[in-house]
Amino acid sequence: MFILEVKNIIMTKRKTVQQTSQKTAQSTTIKRERSFFKKEILSNCELYLISLPGLIYLILFKYAPMYGITIAFKDFNIFKGIIHSPWVGFEHFIRLFTSAKFLQVFENTLLISIYKLIFTFPAPILLALLLNEIRRLTFKKTIQTISYIPHFISWVVVSGMFLDILSPNTGIINRLIKGMGLEPIFFMADKNYFRSVLVVTQIWKEIGWGAIVYLAAIAGINPELYEAAIVDGAGKLRQVWHITLNGIKPTIAILLLLRVGNLLDAGHEQILMMYSAPVYEVADVISTYVFRVGLGQMEYSFTAAAGLFNNIIGCALLFSTNYIIRHFGEQGIW
Amino acid sequence: MLGRSRGEKTFEVFNIFLLILLGFATLFPLIHIASKSLSDDAYVLARDIVLLPKDIQFEAYKYILGNDRFAGSFQNTIILTFVGTFINIMMTVITAYPLSRKRFHGQSAIMVLYVFTMFFSGGIIPSYLLVRNLKLLDSIWSLILPGSISVYNMILIKNFFMSVPDSLEESAKMDGCRHIRILFSIFLPLSLPAIATITLFYAVGHWNSYFGALMYMSTRNKYPLQLFLREMLIEESVDVVDVSNLMDVAPESVKAATIIVATVPILIIYPFLQKYFVKGVMIGAIKG
Repeated sequence: MFILEVKNIIMTKRKTVQQTSQKTAQSTTIKRERSFFKKEILSNCELYLISLPGLIYLILFKYAPMYGITIAFKDFNIFKGIIHSPWVGFEHFIRLFTSAKFLQVFENTLLISIYKLIFTFPAPILLALLLNEIRRLTFKKTIQTISYIPHFISWVVVSGMFLDILSPNTGIINRLIKGMGLEPIFFMADKNYFRSVLVVTQIWKEIGWGAIVYLAAIAGINPELYEAAIVDGAGKLRQVWHITLNGIKPTIAILLLLRVGNLLDAGHEQILMMYSAPVYEVADVISTYVFRVGLGQMEYSFTAAAGLFNNIIGCALLFSTNYIIRHFGEQGIW
Repeated sequence: MLGRSRGEKTFEVFNIFLLILLGFATLFPLIHIASKSLSDDAYVLARDIVLLPKDIQFEAYKYILGNDRFAGSFQNTIILTFVGTFINIMMTVITAYPLSRKRFHGQSAIMVLYVFTMFFSGGIIPSYLLVRNLKLLDSIWSLILPGSISVYNMILIKNFFMSVPDSLEESAKMDGCRHIRILFSIFLPLSLPAIATITLFYAVGHWNSYFGALMYMSTRNKYPLQLFLREMLIEESVDVVDVSNLMDVAPESVKAATIIVATVPILIIYPFLQKYFVKGVMIGAIKG
């Protein structure tokens, strides 16, 4: 009897202990989850605080203006502000695509961008390839250093320089032309030459700087590949094509991608400084048009629509080029 | 490498010739303008200057260096460059640090938010309206705040931070360091090359930029250097001709001297820093 009772008591005690320990186990798990959250987030709360200024900046100066894009769909009245200006739907866009002026501007943007892409994109690659073939280090470094000086000069100064050099009466280029018995050319005001001036001055300014990245990539190519190619009897041209260019293919792909993504940015900082009324017809691009007519003549909504159009096409180009590049097996941006 | 074929030798000569031509073409505009700035007006007006200055005089430089508005805008740009670059570095570094830490949850989502702004933006008009609504028009802050963080530079620093071995951070944590101290005492000194690079990028950006000032600044004496240069060289609304008549110097020379004075600071600094930015571009390209 007594033993049974003792057994009973022990059993009950065991049960209670079991139940208690189960309960403790549950609450411990809950406590562990809570404390995980507390530990990870709260103990690293300093990290979140540190990241705050950047996020505030991002929202305020990058994303808030994106909300301002809505004025492209409104009849923006600067006194009523963005929120209270009335909606007009796609009215501005319709106006854009039926405006001869805008279509001309759009055509300029495309032509100048493509023109620049064809010439200014390969130029640094070519320079890098040529520089790579030089054996004498001092010569190579000297030329390289000289070549990227113009990158550090502002477009204002560069424009001032070329306005002087290309001047019809006093500029040295025209003096040469006259010396050869030909008529002087007013490059900066001539519709037939102005776009070429844009391209050539851009190459002058950026070829050296652009070559730096390619030279760095070329330096990363395994020299054994060259030795193997020579043993196989490959001449210089073949080596360059199969090894060098192949080796920097990823770099070229990424830079091309970024360039195309910015395609509709035909270089407004340059054009704004170099163009003038006689060449608006061939050189006015979307960005310069938005600046001159939008801010200058206060046609906010209309030019905001133009700017939005510009941005969206740029994005579309970026995504599609990324897709194409990945299709070819290279690594895109994502 | 013995016995280069005749074809290779010809190529080499051709190559060297091309590159010398490029070097010359790069330097010629600068040298030509410099010569024009130093030459006596008789030769300049007679369109006689090609490469070397003739009958050297410094009148043009005396004029431009003594010009109040030039000095004022130069000063504005110096202030803008120092303050702006300082803010840039601070903002870039403290933004890059958390994003480089594995324990920062939500890191990839936030990165997407940042990278997106590299490809899409509000545009000129909305940005102008924002600055206007913030009452920053005609203030130096309109030139500093909107561009505080360049996402490209921030990614450069972030990648650099990520390449620092975890053990350093762990041992500092065990010693009881807070993140801020870890950032400043450990990461900052280690990433000096990368920071030097982006400092250069930001500083040159501030020195050469004009578009922001063109949009937002309306008071003449607040103009940065580039805007003054624009007035003198492109708008030609500065009374160059009147002055040059007084001083026996060709107006072209005055413009040329202005160009040289605006370019010389950069030309002096950049050879010393090339080591850094060449590396920086490499880091950015390969790791980015």
